[in-house]
Amino acid sequence: MAAVDHAHGHEHGHDGHGHHPTGLMRWVTTTNHKDIGSMYLWFSFAMFMVGGAMSLVIRAELFQPGLQVVSPAFYNQMITLHALIMVFGAIMPAFVGFANWMIPLQIGAPDMAFARMNNWSFWILPVAGSMLVGSMFVPGGASGTGWTLYPPLSIQMGMGMDMAIFGVHLLGMSSIMGSINIITTILNLRAPGMTLMKMPMFCWTWLITAYLLIAVMPVLAGAVTMLLTDRHFGTTFFDAAGGGDPVLFQHIFWFFGHPEVYIIALPAFGVISEVIPAFSRKPIFGYTSMVYAIASIAIISFFVWAHHMYTTGIPLTGQLYFMYATMLIAVPTGVKVFNWVATMWRGELTFETPMLFALGFLFLFTLGGFSGLVLSVTAVDIMLQDTYYVVAHFHYVMVAGAVFSAYAGAYYWLPKWTGHMYDETLGKAHFWLTLFFFNLTFFVQHFLGLAGMPRRIPDYALQFAEFNKLSSIGAFGLGLSQLLFLYVVIKCIKGGKKAEANVWGAPGLEWTVPSPAPYHTFEEPPVVK
Amino acid sequence: MNLTVYRLAKHLGAKMGSIGLFFALLPSLAMAKYEYNMEPPVSATGLSAYHLHNWMTMVCLVIFVVVFAVLGYSLYAHRKSVGHKAASFHENTLVELAWTIVPFLILIVIAVPATKALIAMKDTSEPDITIKVTGYQWKWGYDYLKGDGEGIKFISTLSTPQAQINGQEPKGENYLLEVDNPIVVPVNKKIRILTTANDVIHSWAMPAFAIKQDAVPGFIRDTAFRVEKEGTYRGQCSELCGKDHGFMPIVVEVVSDEKYAAWVEDQKKKMAAAAGDPNKVWTLDESKAYGEKVYATNCVACHQANGKGIPGAFKALDGSPIATGPKAEHISRVLNGKAGTAMAAFGKQLSDADIAAVITYERNSWSNKTGEVIQPSEIKAAR
Ligand SMILES: [Cu+2]
Repeated sequence: MAAVDHAHGHEHGHDGHGHHPTGLMRWVTTTNHKDIGSMYLWFSFAMFMVGGAMSLVIRAELFQPGLQVVSPAFYNQMITLHALIMVFGAIMPAFVGFANWMIPLQIGAPDMAFARMNNWSFWILPVAGSMLVGSMFVPGGASGTGWTLYPPLSIQMGMGMDMAIFGVHLLGMSSIMGSINIITTILNLRAPGMTLMKMPMFCWTWLITAYLLIAVMPVLAGAVTMLLTDRHFGTTFFDAAGGGDPVLFQHIFWFFGHPEVYIIALPAFGVISEVIPAFSRKPIFGYTSMVYAIASIAIISFFVWAHHMYTTGIPLTGQLYFMYATMLIAVPTGVKVFNWVATMWRGELTFETPMLFALGFLFLFTLGGFSGLVLSVTAVDIMLQDTYYVVAHFHYVMVAGAVFSAYAGAYYWLPKWTGHMYDETLGKAHFWLTLFFFNLTFFVQHFLGLAGMPRRIPDYALQFAEFNKLSSIGAFGLGLSQLLFLYVVIKCIKGGKKAEANVWGAPGLEWTVPSPAPYHTFEEPPVVK
Repeated sequence: MNLTVYRLAKHLGAKMGSIGLFFALLPSLAMAKYEYNMEPPVSATGLSAYHLHNWMTMVCLVIFVVVFAVLGYSLYAHRKSVGHKAASFHENTLVELAWTIVPFLILIVIAVPATKALIAMKDTSEPDITIKVTGYQWKWGYDYLKGDGEGIKFISTLSTPQAQINGQEPKGENYLLEVDNPIVVPVNKKIRILTTANDVIHSWAMPAFAIKQDAVPGFIRDTAFRVEKEGTYRGQCSELCGKDHGFMPIVVEVVSDEKYAAWVEDQKKKMAAAAGDPNKVWTLDESKAYGEKVYATNCVACHQANGKGIPGAFKALDGSPIATGPKAEHISRVLNGKAGTAMAAFGKQLSDADIAAVITYERNSWSNKTGEVIQPSEIKAAR
């Protein structure tokens, strides 16, 4: 996408900044937030395809009872890499890509605050991604522990585990650098007149997400480092024989892991909070309460981690506390949903592809929220923990929450990035296919979980056969439908109807610059009234 | 309005091709049996959690329908295509307060029964029988610690033949949910389960009792149940524990007091017989033949029937320095395992006779030809 912008930037005479390297070196050395944003988005989509291919290996094995496609050991590697790659390689970089592209445009800044660090935080990613993917090819294969990396199982793994640990370290460094950059940019580079409470909602969600990242990525790094020293240097943090405790790892992991859910969800909320008002032609309802809701979700997220661990044997009082705290999250989350509905209420609604994805998000994310509420109740969770109900729940939150909103954002801003309109018919087809196959894949998994099918098993008892077959068909449909998106994007980059500066008639500084956005924007800060 | 519907229909038509595949598969799917909800548990505590779940699901469903009915009306009535003009309101303190406070109140209404159900579930006091459950990669060990049947201990492994898993034989009714030695308990008695593990974390789960308790190596956790209905109940390990995590089911038989007493009698006899004569001297053929059986239940999952292991993951025994070198090292490896790998310390699980026989088997199979017979007394001495 950015190749096009760059060319346009030159044509329109914005080339007043000396000589840029060309070819590959342009991308390696670039400090331009738009270039880096594009690289993040492409990297994310590539990882999305890799992680998706792995999920198809999983679903192929689960198509029918018995072992047909892969060995159980390889199956475990697939579930591990699928999750690690989707969470750290696909979803998080996608939203950092949006942040890079849109935050400077939305707050009227010329670029990110630390442009060179921005380059560095992106280029760490392909290295980390290669570590994860490459771990499949070392002796013993990738880690077969699931993305949660629980010891002592992770102590038993081969060097694939060490590569995963190192990969996670790198990803954490990248995230922290990205976060420092985002916080500094938002706090210091806003255009005159843009107070914090006038800032677009997307910037607010990222400001809070960046703080979450800085708080919890070091926690994860610490946890995996302790694993590394337990594996190779004789420490016994997680080994009872040496006075350690395997469950300690779970506490540390989920102290990171629960905020991680919101690290993924909050920027998604931000995108949705941009798209829904634009296609309702109404300002967002309850801006202030929206900001408070995001902040309180972020804060509560630090105090609920052990709801992932109800079956590990925490005492009754602990279980009660974590249950109440977890249920509490439903309040600010509900506020957000109600605010979005109220934004649409008595609006002037149209249903272009970004809006369809935003509505799909709203519908499915709310379902995922409700199954989350069901799971927050300890007595019920004990029945459902580690079953497919949980798998269904977090895919409703992750895929429907993050991926749908990433698509909403991508379609919303594609005209601004490329200068062309995407193909609306194909975009809508992409939405309906994704919606249909997503539900076919994951809705039935609720039933599997209720019937008692454990997760992370390569083979299953006969009573689970029917829904697994449906789910596998859905997964292949879902995977293939995403190729349509790739086609739409490429088509949009290559040509199409010229996009105006303000394609959607939306408020916001990003719509005051031409489409495609010139290579350098807001060199003179705009004034916001 | 109609234009949108028309366009929608057009897009739907465009994707019919891919949906066609789905409908082609429908006939086989339509005939199948589907389970949409949990089986009602057979214990009182489980049943209360089950009702709580059903009730919560209904509450969520009602809220969902109400919210999305409002949204649905808005999507219908406030469309630009029907000429609706956007209003400009963007806040309303009263409404915002209401939808913060009302959900909070609903949560309190949910929290009350949720607290009660949990407290009942966590009560493990005053059990009639206490059983220790040990998770191994990949089987369960049961140890009757207290109450009727005290002293009984056995290992329970998957009994589904490999040929069914690999598709060479038709799959049986209880495919992957059947074991050689089910755990047996009396009906209407409170059973306390203590969980622990030998290698990695496992989880002892029985959906019909609404029980799931992680088994953590080096620690003891507990849970309890009182089943009100006789029958055979099936569950599975519910914490990823390595390669054969999907192949370590749990089967509990709940029987009448009389049947339980008979079972206890029977088990005691079997255990006495299995202990055998500790001073017996085994011949190579005897030891090897018995060792093959022990190998098949304990070792074959990793080291494989051909002794070649799985390259990169599990070491080969065929021609290995340990299985062909000094026997003291071999005995020590089997007794104590190898830290940091999946090789478990079998000293805790198997008898002297078992270990002696399996080592004999390993040292005299495939290309290994040491000709040595390991005697149970040697294992006893090495412990
Ligand atoms: Cu297990």
